[in-house]
Amino acid sequence: MKRFAAFPLFLLVWMGLTWSLHWQDLLAGVLVSLVVCLLVGRFVALSVLPMLSPRRIFWTLVYLPFFFYHCVRANLDVAYRVLHPDTPIRPGFIRVETTLPSRAARVILASSITLTPGTLAVDLVDSSLYIHWINVRGKTHADYHRAVVAPFERILKEIFR
Amino acid sequence: MSSEAWAETLILIGVLFDLLGTIGLVRLPDVYNRLQAGTKCVTLGTCFILAGAAVWAGGALAMKAVICMAFVLLTSPVGAHALARSAYRSGVAAWEGTVVDDYRGHVERLMHAPTPMKDEATALAQTEIA
Amino acid sequence: MNWVYLAAAGLFVGAFLCLFRIGRGPSAPDRAVAIDILGTLVVGFCCLLAIRTGQDFLMNIAIAWALMSFLGAIALAKYLEGKAFDE
Repeated sequence: MKRFAAFPLFLLVWMGLTWSLHWQDLLAGVLVSLVVCLLVGRFVALSVLPMLSPRRIFWTLVYLPFFFYHCVRANLDVAYRVLHPDTPIRPGFIRVETTLPSRAARVILASSITLTPGTLAVDLVDSSLYIHWINVRGKTHADYHRAVVAPFERILKEIFR
Repeated sequence: MSSEAWAETLILIGVLFDLLGTIGLVRLPDVYNRLQAGTKCVTLGTCFILAGAAVWAGGALAMKAVICMAFVLLTSPVGAHALARSAYRSGVAAWEGTVVDDYRGHVERLMHAPTPMKDEATALAQTEIA
Repeated sequence: MNWVYLAAAGLFVGAFLCLFRIGRGPSAPDRAVAIDILGTLVVGFCCLLAIRTGQDFLMNIAIAWALMSFLGAIALAKYLEGKAFDE
């Protein structure tokens, strides 16, 4: 039965996509949502529904503007590097250790740093993240950690506590 | 500002970012750097275009634009990550100006390891479900 | 509505730069990256078309295209790594 816990979520997305309250559209939505529940309901019930607690939603709302700011800064940074006549890049593959406990948190961390200044997550093995950095600064793993993952980790830790 | 002026500004900013991303795709020296420029700029640029469409139209089109934005934001980093990893593992050399390479050691260990990656992934998936 | 044509022209230039990388790309992953980015540009183009014609079914195409181009990127990545799609 657990897999049907995500049914309202699917129905909401369906209603958003069709944007009508006609009974035929709603009936089709109920059928489609049931099929989707049977197919992937278990994964969504495990990974998405525990996210819907007030504390987590609050920290997610804190995270989004922060993420957006870094995202825009990343783009201006890339724009500078691309338009500069000598393309000033200093790329490298670095390894950082993350202290986040759950797998979902690490995946979100990896996706976030892919969209933010000059970094691209290449691989995620247990607690170590391999990152391609377009402009490597610092020498040790501690330097890398402070520059690349620390700001995101602080908020993600609150979301996934 | 009227809503059309807002939409115009957002869309033109988005197109500018898209253009910067594709210029980076042409100018930067190796596949990893190209992936960086391409993913970041083109994702944000397309999100700006979708936001502009949402502001311009409202209603059903805006809802679809927001859902599409969520899909693009969720899928493009994952796609970029998969492409970067497969490029490295299929043996595309990094640009000669690359300063550090911590990843090579890991990949070489994997190549000589007796257990393939597949078993590790399936074992993890099973423990997550159980 | 002239700004829509200006935006479309910008996206066309971007798409041609992608095509240049697809044709030129020294390695297969370079081409795969350019194909992935071209897919995202097409999403933006569908969006402009929806604004110009005012028909919102074009947004459905944009959503489907975004998901399909993601699947394509994953499939290409798996292929380049030398694995089957379900591994």
